[in-house]
Amino acid sequence: MNYIPISPKEREAMLAAIGVKSTEELFRDVPKKHRFPKLDLPPALTEMEAAAELEELAASNENLRGDLVSFLGAGAYNHYIPSVVDHILRRGEFYTAYTPYQPEISQGTLQAIFEYQSLMCALTGMEVSNASHYDGATAVAEAVSMAYAQFRGKRTKVVISPAVHPQYRETLRTYAQGMGLQLTGDDPSDVLISNLDSLISLIDANTALVIVQYPDFFGRIYDYTSLIEAAHAQGTLVCVAANPTALALLKTPGEMGADIVVGEGQPLGIPLAYGGPYLGFFTTRKQYIHKMAGRLVGETIDNRGQRAYVLTLTAREQHIKRERATSNICSNQGLMALAAAVYLSLVGKRGLRQVAELCYQRAHYAADQLGKIKGYGLQFPAPFFHEFVLRCPQPAAEINEHLLEHGILGGYDLGQDYPALNNHLLIAVTEMNSKEEIDALVEVLSEVEHD
Amino acid sequence: MTDSSTLRQAQGDASLNAKIVEPTLFDLSSPGRVGVSFPDPDVPRAELPESLLRADLPLPELAEVDVVRHYMRLSQFNYSVDGGFYPLGSCTMKYNPKINEDTCRLPGFTATHPLQPIETVQGNLALMFTLQEWLKEISGFAAVTLQPAAGAHGELTGVLIMRAYHKARRDAKRVKMLIPDAAHGTNPASSAMSGLQVMQIPSDARGNVDLAALRSACDETVVGLMLTNPNTLGLFDEHIEEVVKIVHDCGGLMYGDGANLNALLGILRPADVGFDVMHFNLHKTFAVPHGGGGPGSGPVGVAAHLADFLPAPIVGIVEEGEEDEPPLFGFITPAKTIGRVKAFHGQFGALVRAFTYIAMHGPDGLREIAEYAVLNANYLLARLRKTYHVPYDRICMHEFVAEGKVEGSDVRALDIAKRLMDYDFHPPTNYFPHIVHEALMIEPTETENKDTLDRFADALIKIAEEAKAQPELLHDAPTKTPFGRMDEVKAARELVLCCWLPEDYEKK
Repeated sequence: MNYIPISPKEREAMLAAIGVKSTEELFRDVPKKHRFPKLDLPPALTEMEAAAELEELAASNENLRGDLVSFLGAGAYNHYIPSVVDHILRRGEFYTAYTPYQPEISQGTLQAIFEYQSLMCALTGMEVSNASHYDGATAVAEAVSMAYAQFRGKRTKVVISPAVHPQYRETLRTYAQGMGLQLTGDDPSDVLISNLDSLISLIDANTALVIVQYPDFFGRIYDYTSLIEAAHAQGTLVCVAANPTALALLKTPGEMGADIVVGEGQPLGIPLAYGGPYLGFFTTRKQYIHKMAGRLVGETIDNRGQRAYVLTLTAREQHIKRERATSNICSNQGLMALAAAVYLSLVGKRGLRQVAELCYQRAHYAADQLGKIKGYGLQFPAPFFHEFVLRCPQPAAEINEHLLEHGILGGYDLGQDYPALNNHLLIAVTEMNSKEEIDALVEVLSEVEHD
Repeated sequence: MTDSSTLRQAQGDASLNAKIVEPTLFDLSSPGRVGVSFPDPDVPRAELPESLLRADLPLPELAEVDVVRHYMRLSQFNYSVDGGFYPLGSCTMKYNPKINEDTCRLPGFTATHPLQPIETVQGNLALMFTLQEWLKEISGFAAVTLQPAAGAHGELTGVLIMRAYHKARRDAKRVKMLIPDAAHGTNPASSAMSGLQVMQIPSDARGNVDLAALRSACDETVVGLMLTNPNTLGLFDEHIEEVVKIVHDCGGLMYGDGANLNALLGILRPADVGFDVMHFNLHKTFAVPHGGGGPGSGPVGVAAHLADFLPAPIVGIVEEGEEDEPPLFGFITPAKTIGRVKAFHGQFGALVRAFTYIAMHGPDGLREIAEYAVLNANYLLARLRKTYHVPYDRICMHEFVAEGKVEGSDVRALDIAKRLMDYDFHPPTNYFPHIVHEALMIEPTETENKDTLDRFADALIKIAEEAKAQPELLHDAPTKTPFGRMDEVKAARELVLCCWLPEDYEKK
């Protein structure tokens, strides 16, 4: 095997040094009747055969770079990734290192994480960022664990908006199974009537956390300041799950008074890649730092007087605190955090704003044009960012099938999660969608007969 | 709190005077520099919602070359598997084949959206289905989910499955998870997150689970035992079948921590000895690179009686194929699922890498991985046992744990670890497992040649001599690295966790 660099002669010398005759002897503690099973797997491929097989598998997908024009978002967004991002990610010094347990020989990773933390704080308007979670959904779940720990388990209610991503809410329920928490507020049948006031009315002295999304799952932008004030009046914490691209343009959740700001970092230079690996970002206020999960990098100096960085407050973490830790997280999304940091440093202050404005402008053009087609309409009047809900004359699934025949990946079929929105598509428009693509979408949808 | 200089003054930060080896992105920023430009909108302009806009976006401003040079310089401060020997015990820092980095980046994979209709992503789904089948065959389990994002995430998934299994049987009194004292910290943390109580089980003199202690802990309140086997001492439990029997006899389930599966590929299928559930670490066993701390990938395998509890969805065949037609792959929701553990379908990029790796090894190649991983560890053990005391000294599996102490010297494991850096090696894991005093946990993996192992052993033997003759070399180490030992107390006391653009930045 190519990856095992030991010759037969060297192996014999090593076995002799160990004092055994064969490698089989090294496994004598393994129960004999189960030892050395014959694995029914295909025989090994050479590199060129494996490359061909994987190319064939990849080619049998219809992808967004050539096969399909996409208006699908719903938590994963098609953005332009500058060339530099992957060049940096492919440096073996970054991707073949592990968690920087030895800071003297890990300053590259440590400083990169420190800068990532800084960039995420700048984007969210918060004071502290950890080194990342697995994705947006698990970051929300960790916010619940943190709030639960903050109140030492004494507050048992979590209020969650129905306009938080359905898969985040599912994930949260899975995580909360053993916590004895009451999750309330997100009845999907209420989605057409529910608003911030109905969420506020659910907050009481037993509420540990309120969770909202910004822009929400339907793309709508709300100022959560009054909701956050109402929550704080009950001593309740508020978590805002935010889209990082939108934060280039919009008032930050930090400014609104949020206690925790989390989200899916995929839009920041990370490919769609069929759903992963992505990046869960997690930011909070300094006062909650000891209850925050995940790795944290802090600045210090080394014994030569050089500015340097280390993993800090590690006593919060599972490898020291074991069952008393807030979370079991160990590996996070290190390389994806690096991708986000490289992306943000490249696009910078001006570029990120440009991306956000392009998304905003093109989404509004699309909404405007689509809303004019007979039988279609915009469902919600609220301001939106780069995603909006389109009311259709037929079930969304049928509309999407028709679009796919024209090489267009339509919007997210909201009826899957919200029965009241059965004829509704969630349409996402980013800087990757040209005016021509939007016009083509409008044209194809105009062809769909109104029943 | 956003004003860094005030913050630092308040904290009396001495590091303001520190020597800066590489400025931060924020230090390097200069107003007006641009790294990437985007086109102007080509559509009629819509009004922005004024009352909802932010006033300022305090991100750095850099040109492309600034960014590339910054990260290039940072990369040079890192030790990596591509750069050298990385025997970090428990982490399986093996060489990561380059072809995997190419296959996972094929546009057919990277440019697919997780919510595309299944008919348009049959390549992805076929790959995931096949990988599930392969992991089942390798481990002996009946069903596999690829959704969990890392080892600890797989543990949480597995523990929630165990909990749900007992609950479905209306066996509500089971609240106690048994965990050996040598276990990874994630085991008790995952159990606690699932609302379970943790009970620690000691190890015996040979590093096995203490059978008497296990017997007395096993009663009708036991959820199960979380066992890493080989354990964190690198030892295969000599009574594994007895351990499984004791746990099963009290109605408990056996959880396998798959962190050390590299030692068992083609050697033993954990399900064959009675494990009920286990997570895989694709980033350890199947060569997915560690990425400086993730992304990992932690699929979970379960025996048939637990298959209905797997997270939803898993990949399955939704329409059988015909003679010339392949089957249609899609998603299936297990009947009593614990629910979803993350958004979408798992760390797909990691799955492509692991698929490529397994495809290129086949059944014989997988067994060679384990054989050589174990050969290399035993060879290092043979070379080092006269110099460093190995408290549980018997044939090891893929790793072993020595004591980082030298008779007649005051040096500690930490000093030995730091001194290894001066010899251009990454140190072993130290101070874990806790049951070994001054632990040095050494895992060479199968991808190192004999010369490297000899150089490493020579360095450790030389360091033991230095520890007696010139202990200051160890206390001061490392000296040949770009950075020296860190003031960790200062970092924790001052908690400088962010850098910012300077206060008068716009005037610059």
